[in-house]
Amino acid sequence: MKLKLKSRHKEALSGYAFIGIWIIGFVILTMIPLIRSLVFSMSQVSITGAQGIIIQPVGFEQYVKVLTTDVVYIDMLITFIQQIILYVPIIIIVSMIIAMMLNQKIRFRGFFRSVFFLPVIIASGPVINELIAQGAGTVPLIERYGMLELIHEILPPILAEPLTALFTEMIMVLWFSGVQIVLFLAGLQKISKEIYEAALVDGASPWETFWKITLPSLKNIILISTIYTIVMLSTFGNNPIISQIRRSMFDVQGGYGYASAMAWIYFLLIALLLAAAFLLIAFPKREDKEKRGKVYAK
Amino acid sequence: MQNKLLSKPFINKTRRLLWGLRFNDGLIFKTLIYTLLIGIGFVYVYPLLHMLTVSFKDLGDLLSPTVFYLPTKFYTDNFKQSFQVLRYFPTLMTSLSVTLLPAVMQTIVASFIGYGFARFRFPLKKTLFAIVMITYIIPPQIVMIPRFVLFNNLGLLNSIWAILIPASFGQGLNSAIFILIFYQFYKMIPKALDEAAQMDGAHHLYIYFKIAIPLSIPSFVTSFLFSFVWYWNETYLSSLFLGTSVQTLQLRLLTFVSAYQDLFPGQAAMINEGIRMAATLLIILPMLIMYFILQRLFIEGIDRAGITGE
Repeated sequence: MKLKLKSRHKEALSGYAFIGIWIIGFVILTMIPLIRSLVFSMSQVSITGAQGIIIQPVGFEQYVKVLTTDVVYIDMLITFIQQIILYVPIIIIVSMIIAMMLNQKIRFRGFFRSVFFLPVIIASGPVINELIAQGAGTVPLIERYGMLELIHEILPPILAEPLTALFTEMIMVLWFSGVQIVLFLAGLQKISKEIYEAALVDGASPWETFWKITLPSLKNIILISTIYTIVMLSTFGNNPIISQIRRSMFDVQGGYGYASAMAWIYFLLIALLLAAAFLLIAFPKREDKEKRGKVYAK
Repeated sequence: MQNKLLSKPFINKTRRLLWGLRFNDGLIFKTLIYTLLIGIGFVYVYPLLHMLTVSFKDLGDLLSPTVFYLPTKFYTDNFKQSFQVLRYFPTLMTSLSVTLLPAVMQTIVASFIGYGFARFRFPLKKTLFAIVMITYIIPPQIVMIPRFVLFNNLGLLNSIWAILIPASFGQGLNSAIFILIFYQFYKMIPKALDEAAQMDGAHHLYIYFKIAIPLSIPSFVTSFLFSFVWYWNETYLSSLFLGTSVQTLQLRLLTFVSAYQDLFPGQAAMINEGIRMAATLLIILPMLIMYFILQRLFIEGIDRAGITGE
């Protein structure tokens, strides 16, 4: 008994020895900074040469200031929400479709896969900025045939603006899909062939097989890809919000306190978006099941 | 003759050829797939082609309305100038040093931590692992200000330490993903293997180095490559922590226009798309070369990483 207990202790100790470096790093470089950042966000932080940093608590003043007076920042946040709502489903659907095409019996699969993955390797904030600035982010045909004007004429501005932004940055949207395509492809290849064969024997059409077999099997990957996409878009180098936070850090008007409040508001927004995505993907079609239940009951 | 062509078996055969047995093995479907893939593939590489053609154009070609895609002559001045402005080789060396070292450290440490979580039972394990995963979604913008203050107090700003230290403690760029990759892998090694080793009196560290590491070389490769690429492309935190004293290629691209005007003051107005695209191409060139050689490892790496497994 004693010996057993001892070995369990020993195991726990060894475990902590292995993850110890993470615990130390987490406490010093993440947990304490998180707390400090929260403190900053509720203070007026001033930096003086002699005494270093002076923190004066001001409660939620900074948050109120951001939310009520910072029109530019609020505007950026709204644009960001629109962008996420528009881009994420498109990225997920496009990468799923591309992955499904690659999963067919085709030649040069490896080549195509490499092409679609290529942007992951080279896409950095400055590179993308240069490309967009030089107009290489658009499919040239879209602009040439006046599609953008058409969109503006037909749709109300709330819809037209993000949509035109989407078209002018279509290539960039595709460029953000590299990792997701490979994830989906890996997921598709894990679905066993027998299920499809069984469905074929039962006379299911490809359309039905997609909705009844493929899509449900990919649920986890849809979830992972969505989280990945949201996190990537929100922290990518040329995201205007994070640049704005950084600018405020050294701004006379802003300072560490103000910038911290901005960052926390941004974090809450991202967390909300992630939670919404999670709920939408993890628990969908509840009514659907009920309906089916009723049909069977009849 | 007509009758023979329109006979039923022939029509059936043709239909089968075109539409296939169940649509997705017919000729029409195949053509559609290839057309779409080639079309999308073209859109993917379009920015690169654009970069490549524009970077070889001289001013005349750029302004000429008759030159659309291919430049009229082989003009390399854009590259020469960009090369000078970027101070290419010294900057490349800086880039490599502030990218490779953190990537190596991050990989090694992630393996260590992943092993700890995968192979041992200890109190609070689930909670701690959940926290590891949560750190992935915490935006760096939140912790960056206090880290900035901390590094400033310790005198670590404007040096590689400001990047290397978080990486070495599992708090670097996307560290959670790498810990997860190793965790998934080490969980798959049968426990019997190290129980047998323990029977022989082997120490945990010995088992880790002698059994776990050799088995997980592919995970090391995957983690290192992604860590390397992500650190290479990261500019937001590095520009804050490295300041202007340590300039990587990416950071020089950010300030390319002003750097160009400093170097060629008389020609301030002369900077054009051609030069900027040449500079951009030079920035991504090292990664392109690496990808060209190692593309297999990247993609198979994600396949094998087991992130999709759960």
